Amino acid sequence: MSEIIESVKNLSIGFNSQQGKQISILRNVSTNIKKGETVGIVGESGSGKSTLALAMMGYIKQGLFPLKGECLFKSKDLLKMSSRQLEKIRGRKIAMIPQNAGQALTPNLKIGYQIDEALRLHTDLNKTERDKKISELLNKVRLPSPETMAFRYPHELSGGQQQRVAVAMALAGKPDLLLLDEPTTGLDVTTQAHVLELLRFIAKDTGTSMIYVSHDLGAIAQVSDRIVVMYAGEIVLEGPARKILKEPIHPYTYGLLKSIPKLSLAGLPASMPGTQPQPGSINEGCSFYDRCNLATDHCKKNSPDLEHIKELDTNVRCFNHKELINQNNNLQTSITKKSNNSEAIEVLKLKDVSISYAKQKFFDQLLNKISDQNPTVKDINIDIKKGETIALVGESGSGKSTILKSIAGLLKTKDGQIKFENDRILSSDLKMRNPNDLRAIQLIFQNPDESLNPNHTVEQILSQPLKLYFNLSGEELKKNIIDLLKKVRLGEFYMSRYPRQLSGGEKQRVAVARAFAAKPDIILCDEVTSALDVSVQAAVLNLLQQLKEDLGTTYVFVSHDLAVVRAISDRVAVLYQGRLCEIGPSQNVYKFPSHPYTEVLLGAVLEPDPDIKPKLVAEDIVEEKPPEKGCSFQGRCPRKIGDICNLELPPWQIDENGNAIRCHINIDELASLQQ
Amino acid sequence: MESNLITEDKQKNKLEKAFEILKTMASKPSGLIGLTIVLFHIVLALISPYIAPYDYKAISPNTMLLAPSAEHWFGTDSLGRDVFTRTILGGRTALTVTFFGSLIALLWGGLLGIFCGLVGGKIDDVVMRVVDAFLSIPWILAMLLIVSLLGTSTEVLIPALGFFYGKGIVRVARAATHDVIAKDFIVSARARGHSNMSIIWNEIIPNVRDAILVEGAMRWSWMLLGFSSLSFLGFGVSPPTPDWGLMISNARGLMSFAYWSVIAPIVGLSSLIIGINLTADAFAKALGIDRSTKAPV
Repeated sequence: MSEIIESVKNLSIGFNSQQGKQISILRNVSTNIKKGETVGIVGESGSGKSTLALAMMGYIKQGLFPLKGECLFKSKDLLKMSSRQLEKIRGRKIAMIPQNAGQALTPNLKIGYQIDEALRLHTDLNKTERDKKISELLNKVRLPSPETMAFRYPHELSGGQQQRVAVAMALAGKPDLLLLDEPTTGLDVTTQAHVLELLRFIAKDTGTSMIYVSHDLGAIAQVSDRIVVMYAGEIVLEGPARKILKEPIHPYTYGLLKSIPKLSLAGLPASMPGTQPQPGSINEGCSFYDRCNLATDHCKKNSPDLEHIKELDTNVRCFNHKELINQNNNLQTSITKKSNNSEAIEVLKLKDVSISYAKQKFFDQLLNKISDQNPTVKDINIDIKKGETIALVGESGSGKSTILKSIAGLLKTKDGQIKFENDRILSSDLKMRNPNDLRAIQLIFQNPDESLNPNHTVEQILSQPLKLYFNLSGEELKKNIIDLLKKVRLGEFYMSRYPRQLSGGEKQRVAVARAFAAKPDIILCDEVTSALDVSVQAAVLNLLQQLKEDLGTTYVFVSHDLAVVRAISDRVAVLYQGRLCEIGPSQNVYKFPSHPYTEVLLGAVLEPDPDIKPKLVAEDIVEEKPPEKGCSFQGRCPRKIGDICNLELPPWQIDENGNAIRCHINIDELASLQQ
Repeated sequence: MESNLITEDKQKNKLEKAFEILKTMASKPSGLIGLTIVLFHIVLALISPYIAPYDYKAISPNTMLLAPSAEHWFGTDSLGRDVFTRTILGGRTALTVTFFGSLIALLWGGLLGIFCGLVGGKIDDVVMRVVDAFLSIPWILAMLLIVSLLGTSTEVLIPALGFFYGKGIVRVARAATHDVIAKDFIVSARARGHSNMSIIWNEIIPNVRDAILVEGAMRWSWMLLGFSSLSFLGFGVSPPTPDWGLMISNARGLMSFAYWSVIAPIVGLSSLIIGINLTADAFAKALGIDRSTKAPV
């Protein structure tokens, strides 16, 4: 058995509530980190995973304090050290990589200088040695042209590159333990896969132990040797990654894995009922009791201890785990959607839509010159049928949200038309649209914290569209609000609540209810699940599907998450740099032949399965602007065939299943290349 | 983050909420001191006509420039008037004028700022440049011009002060609005087709109200100083009405041998300003919009 470098013993961390009660966020957590091992800490928001990780480097957030237990790093308790002693350990022995490197790097200092600062602080090297070390580090994190990279400023780098610089800085002090707090969460799918691959390489290469904190089981599965699952401040399951992911013997982990949408499954993931209990609300019994389908009366009264299961080498906090051992073969199941009820009527047509963010310059206006020949979004042709769910997929900057905004009338189109019902052209100016058209198209946003007015109660929020479109008031208004809440499975008592008193999932339900209040024909969903926890995401997806089946609404669903899109959509449009690459029925888009960009995206999807490794076929460079001529994907395409890609716009090719691909390579040839 | 989760579910009515805020303000010493001072001045302004020991305009050559004594607690001034009487009465006009002046400043500054923040574009550009132009004019000169043209009655002073102190509020309200309009709930209201007025009233005002109120409270204390400066220059309240600024102005030449007639109004004025400032600070903290908290390192 290899050496243990950090061990947490019976750690509890808590705070004093306004009522003077002591409330614990972490309860009796014990775990060991071995040398050279990568431990993934996974849990939903509020499970205490970040608090645990930060405590492991001797840091406790303001307002919190340790109640009992210790954090032993090389058998010295970090929580009892003075800040002077901690300074010697942090950066040198334990280093941290933050979630958002863009914000963690000083914007006005060059990359090289910032790494040099870390080297000066943590090593005894002289100037020439440090310079050599800087380029060595930049090389190690695989940044392009390390010689010039050192002289660049953080804003000149892409998000993925900034994250790599943060990794290089963390490695500067040759730490024994690296702490990663959601290091890839803000990154694009392909970049995320590349950064994870780099981290795995570094762990192997340097023998550094890593603690990887994430809510994303897909990412955790790629890097971890061991996984710790947290729930409501407790460790509920701990063991080797493969065992945890393949044979989860805790009902929470089991439910969590089932609620993750998977590329291989067409249907919706099963959702877990309920939400995580808030800190301080658990008095007795198992913390998962309310949401557990194995729970017995015994679980209500007694809280289980972590029990070691020898044959699986895991620790589990559940009385009834044996029942799960036999159940595990059906992790790969999903709820089938009702067959596509879309009628042939086209309800919304985008015809040659182009959108430009560039403002026409004063002189160009005078000379009547068309300024932007290369707009952000160009030539979008999509026909949306009544009752279908069409998804727009792409990385950040692909123009998917831009298109959504212009459908909603929030952004003027440069060229082209948006036609609604019976080929009536919708004005691209919101003020020119008639109220009934405004009512017919509703938006749901990504982050319910921002899309709900914090100073309004749920009743006020829901009454806005009802008053505006239907002129309701009094009893009738109230009745309608209660109906809406029922539709999204919230009780009447939610009416008087403020958004801050709701959980993330409840807030998003209110946002969904507000959109449905207008009795819309089309709902535009902008990344509606990406701010939510997985188990909540599954529930919201199921709700959206249910509402659609009941009411026949059409969804335009924008997402960067291909697995989520797979679960909910009937048809998928893949976008790169504001140009369509591929469009077709979702089961065919997810099958080969694909547009090379779709292939890259599909390859980079992280699945919660240690056996499915991402296939990295293209560089994760970020292109600032779409190319002026030729194929939009020419800069990164792994299957580029030559000058024709740079010069000529590729033709649309349609295969027998109705899947349209825009590529110079013959569709049959693509199929054989991708097999 | 976690402490927010424990918020009470109870619904409170507005009165209870206001009481809650007052309680939070008073829970820190600085807030308690501020509130006490402001309350003291308000009560004093209300009851001073009934408790004043002498007539504030009674001139007497026999009692000129007497030092503080049992009969005249704060002494007498150059015309033989009782300084204590004049001091406790001296805040009344200042408080009334500046209170209503601040209200006017809040109203026009706040609404204009919110409007500019929401509509943006050319209207915003033009309005803000005009406001900037006004900011570049020394207000006291402009005030003097207005007062000499229109007189020094309160009907002139209140709107004039309200106008000049509202300029700064325009900027604050506009910035606060900018913070809010980037949020999706405004986009959502726009996409639904609500009118600008409805968006301002329903979505923006509830979210910028606190910031503007705090700014208004700060303006109030500045306006007090401004009003007293006007009186000091002889353009505020006309004699013989007792007023701190005027009293300081009248007594300053005799400061070297009759310090008492200057000190009393100075203490009155500065304590009120400090009190309002402390209260405004505590108010901001109680509403959670104070940005001076330490970085969490």
